[in-house]
Amino acid sequence: MAYSKQELSVMDTMIARYPRPRSAIMPLLHYVQSLAGYVTNDGIEEIALKLNIATAEVSAVATFYTQYKRKPMGEYHVGVCTNTLCAVMGGDEILAGLKDHLGLENDGVTADGKISIEHIECNAACDYAPVVMANWEFYDNQTVQSAKDLVDSMRKGKPIAPTRGPDALPTWKQNSALLAGLNDGHANEGVQAGEPSLLGLKLSKKGSKK
Amino acid sequence: MTELTPVLSAHWDEKDSFTIAAYKRHGGYKAAAKALKMEPDAVIQLVKDSGLRGRGGAGFPTGMKWGFIPQGDNKDHYLVVNADESEPGTCKDMPLLMANPHVLIEGMIIASYAIRAKYAFVYVRGEVAHVVRRLQQAIEDAYAAGHVGKNIFKSGYDLEIVLHVGAGAYICGEETALLDSLEGFRGQPRLRPPFPAIAGLYARPTVVNNVESIASVPAIIANGAEWFSAMGTEKSKGMTLYSLSGHVTNPGQFEAPLGITLREILELAGGVREGHSLKFWTPGGSSTPLFTVDHLDTPLDYEGVSAAGSMLGTKALQIFDETTCVVRAVLRWTEFYKHESCGKCTPCREGTWWLVQILRDLEGGTGTAADLDKLLDLCDNIMGRSFCALGDGATSPITSSIKYFRDEYIAHVTHKGCPFDSHASTLFASAKAGA
Ligand SMILES: Cc1cc2nc3c(=O)[nH]c(=O)nc-3n(C[C@H](O)[C@H](O)[C@H](O)COP(=O)(O)O)c2cc1C
Ligand code: SF4
Ligand code: FES
Repeated sequence: MAYSKQELSVMDTMIARYPRPRSAIMPLLHYVQSLAGYVTNDGIEEIALKLNIATAEVSAVATFYTQYKRKPMGEYHVGVCTNTLCAVMGGDEILAGLKDHLGLENDGVTADGKISIEHIECNAACDYAPVVMANWEFYDNQTVQSAKDLVDSMRKGKPIAPTRGPDALPTWKQNSALLAGLNDGHANEGVQAGEPSLLGLKLSKKGSKK
Repeated sequence: MTELTPVLSAHWDEKDSFTIAAYKRHGGYKAAAKALKMEPDAVIQLVKDSGLRGRGGAGFPTGMKWGFIPQGDNKDHYLVVNADESEPGTCKDMPLLMANPHVLIEGMIIASYAIRAKYAFVYVRGEVAHVVRRLQQAIEDAYAAGHVGKNIFKSGYDLEIVLHVGAGAYICGEETALLDSLEGFRGQPRLRPPFPAIAGLYARPTVVNNVESIASVPAIIANGAEWFSAMGTEKSKGMTLYSLSGHVTNPGQFEAPLGITLREILELAGGVREGHSLKFWTPGGSSTPLFTVDHLDTPLDYEGVSAAGSMLGTKALQIFDETTCVVRAVLRWTEFYKHESCGKCTPCREGTWWLVQILRDLEGGTGTAADLDKLLDLCDNIMGRSFCALGDGATSPITSSIKYFRDEYIAHVTHKGCPFDSHASTLFASAKAGA
């Protein structure tokens, strides 16, 4: 796939953000991932060309980071936190339940390309455990059933909205563009904080009223 | 009883708390305007006087770190905010950024001015789309308001802020690996010295600070060093975010003066989940040695936690009750370190691999009592011999759990496998029991 003029100029704006061009390699990788759904060989070649480095150097970076995928992911990529705390609180059962429900192994994609699944590490939301992420949006306090309902809603093309995130779940490609630095205009949607984030504040206000 | 002290979290309960309008409603960006009228060195001195210590884990004095940046060297200086937050259990910076990204931006303006940097970066982990959105929008709004960019606050000072989004690698939280990643390479730690203050980003003087450290600065400028140092303990000053998670009635964030105890926080949180009792906990993420019921009254400040044999770390209080198998918990953390080891040095790359093999044998019922000594021996060869602190951290759960729960490891040998019912530790089990 050759990149369009417009896509090439988006890449240039990413490079221009940094004092040195090579620093733009990560947003560029997120960006090529947003166009094809994964980091393609074309993408790696284009980035190498833009940054004037060898394709092997771009591949070396792309393969170091787990969020860059070298094969197509689902339109909805589901990550189940199975780091210790979430695993113990139910993450292991959620992952097993989803694999069974979808007939997938870890890193698998459904035949229709709609849903892919992987187990992920602690996603900085432990006070909302067990945590599931979809296209890197938060689905807090999940159960085996709520996670199955989530993927079912994805299959129907009407995914349940994230608990702390935009009003509607963006696609994998859309959120890859966001991670590349392209503002999608959804920042003001969703809650400012969930209940656990507010617990100390609430208790403190209650305490000072006494 | 220690009183809670919401400062960073004071306005998170307002629906629009993340907008620039809400931030300004509560005096936002006035501290930056005030700081930019001061001499940069006076700003550094004020932060030194406050006693603020880094909230990213190690507790290094923030003002002192800024003071290490050489002045008048005619070189570019950089500020890099570490928003990688990936240490298992740690969950304070992401809610802070989601609810109030502007307090970080204001802190960055002040810090950059103090260290004479014209470029500042936020390195945020990539797996948190909505946090990325909020930060992106906040930076754009701060530019539009004239608080970032050219001649900000009409002071003649120019500052660019760049949001850099990671792509899933715990090691990029280590400050020198973060800098390599930001330069466009694989994120692997660098040899120190030279320290980032001398040769950091692009080999230029660089300050790397945690989100919470920088976000604490505007309040210090606004209210003074004495206000801040009046909170906390003798050597651990100020308020901080404690994150409580796991088998508790109400998990969440508690902003309190340094030195509060787990007993006090648990009381506020309604205790360990109904019908269960505390078994083990981490004071500051999985890289800090485990604590037990014996440490409920340990003051959670840098000195108190060290004296009790662990580290304050990121104040990530992960609570596990008696239904949790400690061997399973430790195996899972060890698998994490093995997966996240960057592979640069042998003790960590090979050592974590062997630790996982042995723990899997124990969990699976094919381990022997001699395996415990093997685990400790391996840890001894990793601890202090690894290139960066990830390797050291990997040994913490193992050595501390064997210290406190040796019998439970042995039970896996005699029982030929795990004696626990893993379902009993899930939330679903407690929901059923409660119904
Ligand atoms: C493996 C590893 C991961 C780390 N992850 C983080 C992190 O996610 N956020 C952070 O602020 N510091 C992290 N640190 C600590 C940083 O190296 C550094 O000490 C810190 O960002 C300095 O900021 P402070 O002085 O404000 O605490 C990590 C360290 C190690 C060894
Ligand atoms: S200790 Fe581990 S993470 Fe750190 S440099 Fe060595 S291999 Fe890499
Ligand atoms: S362990 Fe799952 S979010 Fe932290």
